[in-house]
Amino acid sequence: MQIIQAGFAGTMESSDIMIRLEPKDSPGVELHLTSSVMQQFGKQISQVILSTLADMQVDGVIVTATDKGALDCTVRARVCTAVHRAANSENYMWRTKA
Amino acid sequence: MKQLRRSMLFVPGNNPGMIRDAHIYGSDSIMFDLEDSVALTEKDAARFLVYQALTSLRYGKKELVVRINDLSSGLGVEDLEAIVRARPNVIRLPKTETADDVIECEREIERIEREAGIPVGSTSMMAAIESAKGVLNAYDIARASKRLVAIALGAEDYVTDMKTTRSDGTELFFARNMILNAARAAGLDAIDTVYSDVNNEEGFLQEVELIKKLGFDGKSVINPRQIPPLHRAYMPSEKDLMKARAVMNAIAEANARGSGVASLNGKMIDRPVVIRAERLLELAKAANIIPIEEV
Repeated sequence: MQIIQAGFAGTMESSDIMIRLEPKDSPGVELHLTSSVMQQFGKQISQVILSTLADMQVDGVIVTATDKGALDCTVRARVCTAVHRAANSENYMWRTKA
Repeated sequence: MKQLRRSMLFVPGNNPGMIRDAHIYGSDSIMFDLEDSVALTEKDAARFLVYQALTSLRYGKKELVVRINDLSSGLGVEDLEAIVRARPNVIRLPKTETADDVIECEREIERIEREAGIPVGSTSMMAAIESAKGVLNAYDIARASKRLVAIALGAEDYVTDMKTTRSDGTELFFARNMILNAARAAGLDAIDTVYSDVNNEEGFLQEVELIKKLGFDGKSVINPRQIPPLHRAYMPSEKDLMKARAVMNAIAEANARGSGVASLNGKMIDRPVVIRAERLLELAKAANIIPIEEV
């Protein structure tokens, strides 16, 4: 999926994660993560964000993520939402994934 | 064992913390809401969140229900596209006014089940009735699909439609009885509406007593604090349980003697007495497995 505009998802509330995506001029994913549980789970949160982007075939994107203790499923949900918004796409994954 | 539906906890579909914690409060059912508790601009986010939660988290044996937006809103079909594939136990259809509303929703569920390779018929349905027209059509609604497991009253919209407000329950008397009779005639459960004044425990208990006396299977709740008193109210008393056990013992003894007629304390035991005793013991058995936890 191609990122064509800035896209946001999530909130700054506890147990959530705020994701901001922006198009990047060059290939690759540039991830900026801050988390209230950075020491314990920073690596895992980064992996979930990157693997979700890879599953959705997203490249050339700057990701700014502010985590407030989100579960993996919440991270995936917020990244998926932000990608669709940033790609201006309503071709949601459940139609193709199932 | 019968599925208990004493309490159905409403959980806003775009709130990750509440979705994570929903199973700890002891409700019989959890209802993830994609409708009124989710802002129009966040419907996509809530779908993703509930989809991911249902496919990733384990909620034990709780009945998992998702309230979708009504199909005429233009949001309901997309809700179904996501949620049916996430395999909840029940889809709750709001604002049900006619049997056709149920049939249309069932048609979409069935299409998605086929497309996704999910066994057709494995997704149950529940219809919430929230208008004067819906109440008058309650029996037709209750009979509209074999997938229906319950019908429910949604009182806030209903009282607005009736040009009144929530008060002591008088305003809901007709609707509750219509829905209850329709549910029983169709062999479904009947779920009462929420009591939204969460700090008024006395008012809540009065309402629970009323709906239990009427015959409702349970009630929707919006705050976990409402679950323990609700479950306590539905717990059969020891006196009633003893009586029910005595009835069932008398029936067993009569059967052992080869007699078709059983009596207890000199009185013949009628079939309705046996049915009530069986139901009470079943409720106690099911309820005892789930301890009442204070929150």
